[in-house]
Order: sequence, then C-alpha cells, then structure tokens
Amino acid sequence: MSKSKTISSYLLVSPYLAHILVFVLFPVGFSLFLSFHEWNIISPMEYVGLSNYEKLLQDQYFLKSLRNTLVFLGIHIPLQISIALGLAVILNQEIGFRAFFRGAFFMPVVVSGVVVTILWQQLYGYEMGSINMLLMTLGLEKVGWLTDPSWAMPSIAIMATWKNVGLYIILFLVGLQSVPKSLYEASALEGATQWQQFWHITLPVINPTMIMVMILSTIGGFSLFIEPYVMTGGGPLNSTLSSVLYIYKQGFFYYHMGYAATLGLVLALIILLVVFIQRTVIENKQP
Amino acid sequence: MRKILFYLLLSLFAFAFLYPFLWMVSASLSEERSITNVTLWPVSLTLDHYIKLFQSIPISRSFLNSIFVATMVTFGVLVFSSMAGYALARHRFKGRNLLFYFLLFTMTLPFQLTLIPNYILMVQFGWTNSFAALIIPGLLNAFAILLFRQHFLSIPQDLIDAARIDGCNELRILFQVLWPVSVPTLITVGIITFMTTWNDVLWPIIVIREEKLMTMPQLVTLFAVGGRSMGQIGMKLASATLLALPIIIAYLIFQKHFIQSMAASGQKE
Repeated sequence: MSKSKTISSYLLVSPYLAHILVFVLFPVGFSLFLSFHEWNIISPMEYVGLSNYEKLLQDQYFLKSLRNTLVFLGIHIPLQISIALGLAVILNQEIGFRAFFRGAFFMPVVVSGVVVTILWQQLYGYEMGSINMLLMTLGLEKVGWLTDPSWAMPSIAIMATWKNVGLYIILFLVGLQSVPKSLYEASALEGATQWQQFWHITLPVINPTMIMVMILSTIGGFSLFIEPYVMTGGGPLNSTLSSVLYIYKQGFFYYHMGYAATLGLVLALIILLVVFIQRTVIENKQP
Repeated sequence: MRKILFYLLLSLFAFAFLYPFLWMVSASLSEERSITNVTLWPVSLTLDHYIKLFQSIPISRSFLNSIFVATMVTFGVLVFSSMAGYALARHRFKGRNLLFYFLLFTMTLPFQLTLIPNYILMVQFGWTNSFAALIIPGLLNAFAILLFRQHFLSIPQDLIDAARIDGCNELRILFQVLWPVSVPTLITVGIITFMTTWNDVLWPIIVIREEKLMTMPQLVTLFAVGGRSMGQIGMKLASATLLALPIIIAYLIFQKHFIQSMAASGQKE
C-alpha cells in the first residue's frame, strides 16, 4: 500500500469525518451538557444540576405525550401490518393491472406530509367533512374525528396508515417474493391448506420484514410532528400532543433550550430502548 | 370467483388512495361556498383560490427555494457520500473498520437527540435565516454512504486497477470510472435524498423565519396553520395541491424508480 494512496483514503473520507464531527458527535455531547443547564440562548447559561431531569419525571405534558404515542402505535402498527400484508398477499397472486394498483397505493408515500394533513383535515371536518357526510348518507352518526379527545389520536393514526401503507406493501411484496415456490409445492403435496401454508411457510420467511415494518412504524410514531402541528395544535385537551411537538414548544416557543435538550435526549433513549426490545422479543419468538 | 373478490378489494383500496387527491384538486378549483358539494368534479369552476394564493404568499419564490435547496443537498450527498463509500469499500486504511461501525451506529441515532443542539449550532454559526442552514447539515448522510459502499464492493477490481495504471487519481477513478457504472445507485440515493429534503418541514420551520427564504412545504404549513387562511378552505387546498404537484409529476414519470428506491431505503433496518 503506497503512502499516497493512504493519504487519498483519508481525503476521500474527510468530508464525512468533518460532517459527523460537527453535526453528530458535537451535538450528542452538547445535548448532554445542555441537559444540566438552563439557557434561553440570549442570557448566559446557568448550571442547574439534575433539575431538568427531576422536572421531566414530573412533567405531566411529557408523560401525556408518551401516552399519546402509545395510543398512536397501538392503532397504527396492527392496522398497518394487517392492511399492508393483506394487500401484498393479494398483489403477489397472478393479477392484472398489478403495476396500476401498486402505483396507486404508493401515491401518498411520495407526497409531503403537509399535503396529506391539510387534505385530511378537510375530510375529517365535523360539519362538512366528506367522511362524516358519507356516514350520514349511510344513516350513521357523525364523529368528531379531530374535535373529540378520544378520537383525535386514532384519527391521526388512521391518516398515517393511509399515508405510509403503500411503502410497507412494497416491502412485504419483496419479502413474499423471497419465499421459495418449492416450499408451497411440497407442502401442497402433503395436503396443507392455504391457511396452513400461510401460517407455517409464509409468515416465518417474512418475519424479518415484519420486524422492519414494526420498527419503522415505531420510529415514525415517536417522530410525529407535522400532523398534530397542522391539524390540532396538540389538542383537544392535549390528546394529540406528540413528544416532538412538545420538544418544539419547549424549545422554540418558550426558549427553554436546556429542558428541550433534556426531553430530546430522554426521548431518544426511550426510542432506542423500545426498538431494542422489539428486536429481541420478536427475534426470540422465532422457532 | 376468488379473483373477482380480489379485484373488488384492490379497486376499493385504490379508490381510497386516489380519491382524496382528486377531491383535493376539484375542491381547490371550486367556489368556496360550493366546496361541500364537490364529489368528483369541480362545482362552479374557478381559479380564484390560486390567483388569491399567488397574491397573498410568495409561493413561486418558495418553489424555487425548494428546488435550489433540494438540488444542492442531493448533489452534495451524491458527491460526498460516494467518496466516503468508495474509500470504505475499496481502500485499506487505519481506522476503516472503526469508521464503518461508527457509521452503522450513527444511523440508529434518533434525530430527536440532535435537534436542539443542531439548532444552537446554526445560531452560533450565524446561519439561521440562510440557505446554509438548510443545505450544509444535509450534505452527507450515513444511509447513502452505506448504499454506495455496498454497490462499490461489487465492482471488479480490474476496472479500478486499469484506471490506476492509466494514472488516474482516486477522485477521477470515482467520478469518471465508477460513477458511469453506478447509475442505479445514484438514482436511488438521488431520489430518496431529493424527496426527503423536498418534503422536510420541521427543520426549515426551526431555522428559517424570513418568508422570502422559506421552502415550499414550510410556507404552505405556516399558511395553513396561521391566521391568513382562516376559513379559506379553497386557498388551503390550492396551496396543498401546488405543493403536491411537482412530486406527483416526478412520481408519474419515474414511478418504477421511486418505488424501487423507497423499497431499498426501507431495507436499511
């Protein structure tokens, strides 16, 4: 290995090193540092020990935002997996217009969340929204999709499923295509029903996809921001206050930089922990 | 019989995914008081909402801002990430493995961790209210490096050796020998980067306060949330339609690439 080539190696990675130093390593260290301080950016920083953490443990809004995230994930993940898997299984059959269907399901994925949110805000409207109008013509009661505290978060979860499910259909399709055809043929010879085949052959093979979909949805759930920001502002009664929206409010509304950094740090640790648990639990469940 | 059920189900879902977009476009072209009557086609067709929208917010300016920012970021990501990916794949140097594991580690870090400190960095650099804040932090990303590394691992060593014998330096090898045989990876990274940058809202809202520097999603968001669109459903939907249009057009043209790229990005976990 010539010396000039070693130098060129470092030159090639130098932009990456500089970038990661400034925008990843330093911020991680600085957020830890900030969490022990109180600071509004303008006046001098003040060391406050662990008081940010003490405040966080008793912060009703932060706990509420975590509970809201749980509500979101409790609806979003099962809905997302069942719809995506169901449609992927159908699309994996010999079916005409497959490209059209795939393309249609994928459309909301590419569009900005802002568009989806503005659009659904109208669809969810109480008096004039298309969904309630449809319910009325079917002879059903109107629902306060975004105004009823017990409905607001589920409504956002349904909308998020509509937005993302196309991506997961594609991911499941990739997974389904990796199931060897010979397995189906062999089991069919032995008299396995289609349902048995699905349960014992398909599901184990696509298990990694399942984990992936679950983890991506979980991270998405903890990252909710634009949906409550545009649709509800976190209301009604803070029922849609998401953790990121709360961090945003603490940081850029009240300028509590130390506390906002603490919230971000703790939230990041919670996300890493949840993803870790999901990984180990589901992976261990495999036969 | 079962096939018919399948087609019915698929059509129902296709309708559920497409209809809201059609409704949005039609409603944005209808008179305000008729919007509630819109089912599929515009009722009392008018361009009023669009005309008023262009008069009240600098939306064409924000469109150009978004194009500029997303293009610069995409270009930067392609250049810098392929450089790092090439070194990680085909060079041997001290600390290479460490760097690679570090890369994998940083990919798992949630953005919530670095949001506040990165904002403070922007303040300290004096980059708030400038394109620098929108572009420079996005110029590299770990996932793109990983994709490039994976791809470059599959390239025959002969190709690189031949170029070295011809006296090419490493940058020329990368850009003139490897890039031409890496078009699918370049497209994948390009589409994902452009799309995520184009659609990002949280970061622009944090670092940009001046209207003339705002990106399109940011401007539309603040318009929809702020008082200016109060009761003006038609204008809100018109702004959403304009925001969706460029990406939908790109999607209709490059549909296959979009789906493949996004599927590849999902595999990262």
